Amino acid sequence: MSTPGNSALRKTVYWGTHYLMIAAFVVFALFPLYWLLKVSVTPNDILYTEGVRMWPSRTTWDNYTFVMTQSNFPHYFMNSVIVSGSTAFFTCIIAAVTGYAFSRFRFRGKIIIVALMLITQMFPLVMLIAPIFRILAPLGLTDSLTGLIIVYTAFNVPFATFLMQSFFDGIPKDLEEAAMIDGNTRFEAFRRIILPLTLPGIAATLGFVFTAAWSELLFALMLVSSESASTFPVGLLSFVSKFGVDFGQMMAAGVLALIPACAFFLLIQRYLVQGLTAGAVKG
Amino acid sequence: MDGEQAVNTMTDVGNRPAARRGVFSRRVSGILEPYYYVSPALVLIVAVMLMPLILGLSYAFRDIRILNPFSGGFVGLAHFQTLMHDSAFLGALVNTAWWTFGSLFFQFTLGLVLALLLNRHFVGRRLVQALVFLPWAVPTFLSGLNWAWMFNPVVGPLPHWMVSLGIMETPFNILSDPDLAMWGPIVANIWFGIPFFAITLLAALQSIPGELYEAASIDGANTRQQFFSITIPFLAPTIAITLMLRTIWIANFADLIVVMTKGGPADSTQIVASYIFTQAFRRLDFGYASAIAAVLLVLLLAYALGVIALRRAMTHADS
Repeated sequence: MSTPGNSALRKTVYWGTHYLMIAAFVVFALFPLYWLLKVSVTPNDILYTEGVRMWPSRTTWDNYTFVMTQSNFPHYFMNSVIVSGSTAFFTCIIAAVTGYAFSRFRFRGKIIIVALMLITQMFPLVMLIAPIFRILAPLGLTDSLTGLIIVYTAFNVPFATFLMQSFFDGIPKDLEEAAMIDGNTRFEAFRRIILPLTLPGIAATLGFVFTAAWSELLFALMLVSSESASTFPVGLLSFVSKFGVDFGQMMAAGVLALIPACAFFLLIQRYLVQGLTAGAVKG
Repeated sequence: MDGEQAVNTMTDVGNRPAARRGVFSRRVSGILEPYYYVSPALVLIVAVMLMPLILGLSYAFRDIRILNPFSGGFVGLAHFQTLMHDSAFLGALVNTAWWTFGSLFFQFTLGLVLALLLNRHFVGRRLVQALVFLPWAVPTFLSGLNWAWMFNPVVGPLPHWMVSLGIMETPFNILSDPDLAMWGPIVANIWFGIPFFAITLLAALQSIPGELYEAASIDGANTRQQFFSITIPFLAPTIAITLMLRTIWIANFADLIVVMTKGGPADSTQIVASYIFTQAFRRLDFGYASAIAAVLLVLLLAYALGVIALRRAMTHADS
């Protein structure tokens, strides 16, 4: 059924369709981001008159300068960097040791702990908003960055642990056993030998958690009420409600807010696939 | 089995003086060792998730309104009785099903197609992969705001495109039409969620041993046969688990709706999770919010158990 000419044609058709579909996915993924960028550089006076044009007739950086110099945005941005950075850092440490234990030890109660962590992935986090607020308020942890960091770290530890575990599972046990026979304790072996080997895994976990904390909105809205502790999702939404919406400025702030999350994600997305592959091989 | 024993049984036991040194004390610390590793995570999860969960469940039976200092008493099942007649809640239940399965169907189908496309080697694959996964990194509220903007006929292109395609007669904002509004957040959610399925399914695809395909093609199986007899069975466990986890996750995912429509117009996009948030955040009625949350928890639990039972029944039927 396949003469050489026929199969060459089929191949062309196949790869043609392949590239066409890939192109469609790329356009679908990027167009909204393009639109965000477009609105952010459109001068205010033609924002509505040229609202649906693919590119405005004039462009301006005014929205960016305003956001950077006249608004609270740099402050929100710093708050978000502190919160997301600390969350990613603490989550990684905790997830690394826990993931290592899940990967290497068998111990009484392990199943219960794993089950507990799985369950936390399933129930509506919204239902924790009210009780967490009530628990944190008397401790002085509402309206504070520390409170947000603690809450976000707890939320991210379960998934990060499973991710780290899959990386550890991919590393042969002989390595730290050899080190232990040489007189190292297990923890030393873990820290000196295993951890450096999982750097891609740690990068993936850091990036994943940073991105998640960077975009969290509902808990930040509920737990933070003052300007001084606002992360930028909260600050950005206050653009909408307080100043009668200046869209150009809001989108400019949005583009700036996008940069760290996307940079992080582009760096780590390859490792994320790798890590999940390692996990899948084992499971 | 503790760590110490694991070492001894894993490696060939025998003349290893270092491993036998101080047998007793090392054995005790060996038994305790795993718990040192897991305790930070355990403490954090119990304090920040488990305790609030239990507290939250108790709120469902109490009158807790932040602005009312006299609240706090037990009200028994009163919240649940109110819920039974709360038409906004009943509507939200239907909307939740619609929102969840509408989003999930497209996220999964398109995510699977994308994973299959990315699983072939082609020029520029790495760059493409980075670009198509990007929506996942975009902060949710930002994509919500942006999609809401794009659906607006004054400043967004989408209504005009729909007119050109003949789907729409005149450009209007679907977010302000109660019959269509849900599609707005669903489209934004599809955009945001495709990368998740693509990443997990791609990882699963890459872990299928290549020899299987070689053997199959030597046996004369064509591409389609290979797909249905190798690829799909291999992906099935990943598909089952991600679909289940994702269903629950999407049902709980209120951010996009809160940002894009706030549940409106006329509660037409209110899902249970956003309704909980509205009750807790805007009305500060923690008691009622917790009662709704408890109902949602029970429903999701029933769903998860149902799926697991179904899976078990199906795998038993297979073997």
